[in-house]
Amino acid sequence: MIARLWPIFTRDLALLLRGAQGRGGAVLPLLFFLAVAMLFPFAVGPDARLLGRTGAGVIWVAALLAAILPLDRLVEPDLEAGFFDQWALRGIAEEALLLVRIVAHWISFGVPLLLAAPLSAGLLSLDAGQLRVVELGLLLGTPGLAAIGVTIAALTAGLRAGAALGGLLAIPLAVPLLIFGAGSLQPGGEGGLLLLAATSLAALAIAPFAGGAAIRAGRE
Amino acid sequence: MQACHLAARDIACRRGDRLLFKGLSFSLQGGEALHLAGPNGIGKSSLIRILAGLLRPFAGAVDREGALALSDERLALDGHQPLGAALAFWRRIDGSAEGGADFGLEDLLDVPVRYLSTGQRKRAALARVAASQAAIWLLDEPLNGLDTQWAAVAQDRIAAHLAGGGAVVIASHQPLALAGVRELALREYVA
Repeated sequence: MIARLWPIFTRDLALLLRGAQGRGGAVLPLLFFLAVAMLFPFAVGPDARLLGRTGAGVIWVAALLAAILPLDRLVEPDLEAGFFDQWALRGIAEEALLLVRIVAHWISFGVPLLLAAPLSAGLLSLDAGQLRVVELGLLLGTPGLAAIGVTIAALTAGLRAGAALGGLLAIPLAVPLLIFGAGSLQPGGEGGLLLLAATSLAALAIAPFAGGAAIRAGRE
Repeated sequence: MQACHLAARDIACRRGDRLLFKGLSFSLQGGEALHLAGPNGIGKSSLIRILAGLLRPFAGAVDREGALALSDERLALDGHQPLGAALAFWRRIDGSAEGGADFGLEDLLDVPVRYLSTGQRKRAALARVAASQAAIWLLDEPLNGLDTQWAAVAQDRIAAHLAGGGAVVIASHQPLALAGVRELALREYVA
């Protein structure tokens, strides 16, 4: 099984990182994330104290929006091209395929976000302590965002206006991650990180099964 | 090749609120070919998908022994990849060596899949099926878009697969020049 999933993983990763066949690649969500972090000081003004107090929350909102950006490219193109049918024919479970895709998606959007966070922390005048909590929070939270993203992508694949609908569906599901992630930055909010990790794990545990069921139901 | 077997028992197929066919049964052993015949829209492709296990029959069941390979209108090859790399992706998953049947694709291996013509894409799909080493081939309109030369080659490959002990189900509205192929007219099962 692992030997068959490995080529699938490398293909997923190459497609999501590089972007081909109408997939945007890893650069677009990253630039989007930085653009939101850059816009915010323009909107609220350069007051460093205000930015420092609200900036970490903005990073979380930006991460959430960046996670939504590639949703319509995650599952739809492969479903349309018949890849999922061919994998099903070979007895490879949809759950395994989606788990592989969640990992690939996380590497292509979560890791760049982690790398870009110090830059956006500079734009938003966060101090080193806050940045550390933001990085830790993103490390714990982005796998959950990736899991939710792939689930929603599987659910809305093949629907007309699936892209817009996907964004709308993903936002409420991601709210707990946002609350715990941003909440962990409040004074004494370290417990938020544990809740963030728990929410992320729950999303990771449910996502392959929910998405797999969606893909099978979509064949009918 | 391993012993293979494909049987449909009393299958009915419903798409939307329309019952396409019902009471369809057949049994196929290694070395045998079945031609699903009938006009457009009668349910040939739906039956192929039911046999592939991708669609649940409205009634009845499919018994199968042996691995499946499917060629339908979905190519399942990455459009931006050169044909050679796109085919190699499936060979890696199937663990098969350089595919047996070549379908005259040698000169096209470094051409991106999206630049292939209709007939070349069909040949690529057949090459993917042939390289999969599966015993049971499900081919949906395998001769569509092929010129007479390649239609003959494709049917030779299918005959060779049958001679090797494989089984083939072909959905086609065109007559086939295959020896010993059984015809199943879906018209007789229309509900």
